[in-house]
Amino acid sequence: MTKQKKLFAFRMKIISICALFGFFLFWYLVTDVWKLAPETLLPSPLKALETGITKWSVKKPDGSTLPQHIFASLRVSLLGFCFGAVIGVPLGIMMAWWEKADMCLKPVFDFVRTIPPIAWIPIMIILLGIGVVAKASIVFLSAFIPCVVNSYTGIKSTKKVHIWVGQTFGASKTRLLFKVAIPSALPYIFTGLKVSLNSSWGSLVAAEMLGSDSGLGYMIQLGRLLCRADLIIVGMVVIGIMGTILSAILDFMEMKLVKGAV
Amino acid sequence: MNKNVKVQVTHLTKKFGELLVLNDVSFDVYDGEFLCIVGPTGCGKTTFLNSLTHLYEPTSGEILFKGEKIDLRKHDIAYIFQEYSAMEWLTVKENVRFGLELKKQYKGINEKVKDALELVGLTKFADYYPRQLSASMLQRVVIARAFATQPELLLMDEPYGQLDINLRFRLEDEVVRLCKQTKTTVIFITHNIEEAVYLGDRILVLTNKPTSIKEIVTDELPHPRDIAAPEFVEMRNRITDLIKWW
Repeated sequence: MTKQKKLFAFRMKIISICALFGFFLFWYLVTDVWKLAPETLLPSPLKALETGITKWSVKKPDGSTLPQHIFASLRVSLLGFCFGAVIGVPLGIMMAWWEKADMCLKPVFDFVRTIPPIAWIPIMIILLGIGVVAKASIVFLSAFIPCVVNSYTGIKSTKKVHIWVGQTFGASKTRLLFKVAIPSALPYIFTGLKVSLNSSWGSLVAAEMLGSDSGLGYMIQLGRLLCRADLIIVGMVVIGIMGTILSAILDFMEMKLVKGAV
Repeated sequence: MNKNVKVQVTHLTKKFGELLVLNDVSFDVYDGEFLCIVGPTGCGKTTFLNSLTHLYEPTSGEILFKGEKIDLRKHDIAYIFQEYSAMEWLTVKENVRFGLELKKQYKGINEKVKDALELVGLTKFADYYPRQLSASMLQRVVIARAFATQPELLLMDEPYGQLDINLRFRLEDEVVRLCKQTKTTVIFITHNIEEAVYLGDRILVLTNKPTSIKEIVTDELPHPRDIAAPEFVEMRNRITDLIKWW
């Protein structure tokens, strides 16, 4: 990087930090200084921070410490997401590559994918209760669908000419899939994984709010019942932070695995 | 030039639904020759090559490669397409390696890749990705990939269509040199008559759709050819007249 570019990047960072700082400052002014909202409705950022820190080790009022909630949510979401990816990506690839699989599975899939994952929650609770399996199944559904759709599209968008190159070099259909179609679909597959991760994290919180006894969504919901706005805000911020970390991990993997992309 | 027949095409016909594109085409390609195919734009030149290699299943007719039915799995054939066909997710080096790997020619693969890159002058760019290269370099990657497998038959479909004139002459000279050096048999498609006269040992002139062969012209001008020489101009005019469809 040239000196000028570095300077520019540095400036941009400063601006971002200022914006974030400005946001918190505004929040602080509204609550603690101008007292525009009662503390029970909108706690100040300092209060939220305090709750966040004490929540780290205190089980009251919702029965678990913050790390326990995080762990519960993370376990369910990663379980559902991993199953969704492990089943969804190969299924999408298979449907796109083998016409018979396409004909058998596409109609069913096209129907199922129009049902929003959240609409599955009641039936899942009836069938599986409110345990890990039920929530993981909902997360699985919401992760699975974007994985299939994007892998399918990726394989279908393989350039004809690349397939021809493989064919003229005498590759079999299976070899074409692994040497040409999958590598060329990899950017799409990663987009699918990222969308999956987002939607699985989202549906997890929804599932926990509706039926659960631990997890970040549950904590938020209890905060509402107990009129503890500070607890809700802590939950939201932690959800945001966890989502960002998970996305960053995927971005890093994409950078390492997808070569030659623009 | 010896006159052993390498590829024998008999009664090749291709229809897309009701549309007759190739109409009963028969010709031979000799071992080691550079055969150019010219024809009016849209006359089905690409369909012609794709049917020849069975990328499109021909409607009828037969293509024999050294006396056997042509089979991409068995015969060493390389095809340079009109569009850029370097794999974006592979480096230059890996792209050249790609053909060898698919052909399962693992023996001495590193040397072969190195030689091929040297042949087209891309050694310095071995670790670049296609998006970092210019149009002519991309086409040279594809040429290197084709030559690395030492094909017995090389098919080229307007490989230089999108390049400017200067580069085209340079790459054309390069390809003629490579083909003579490696004694490769080439079928080269172009709509550019000058290019055909410049490169070909024989020039196969196609008619408008439904496509058949109008005439096969033998071009024995010595290499390197001078595009301003009277013999060259005369042959170019002759083929232009053959190709006129208006």
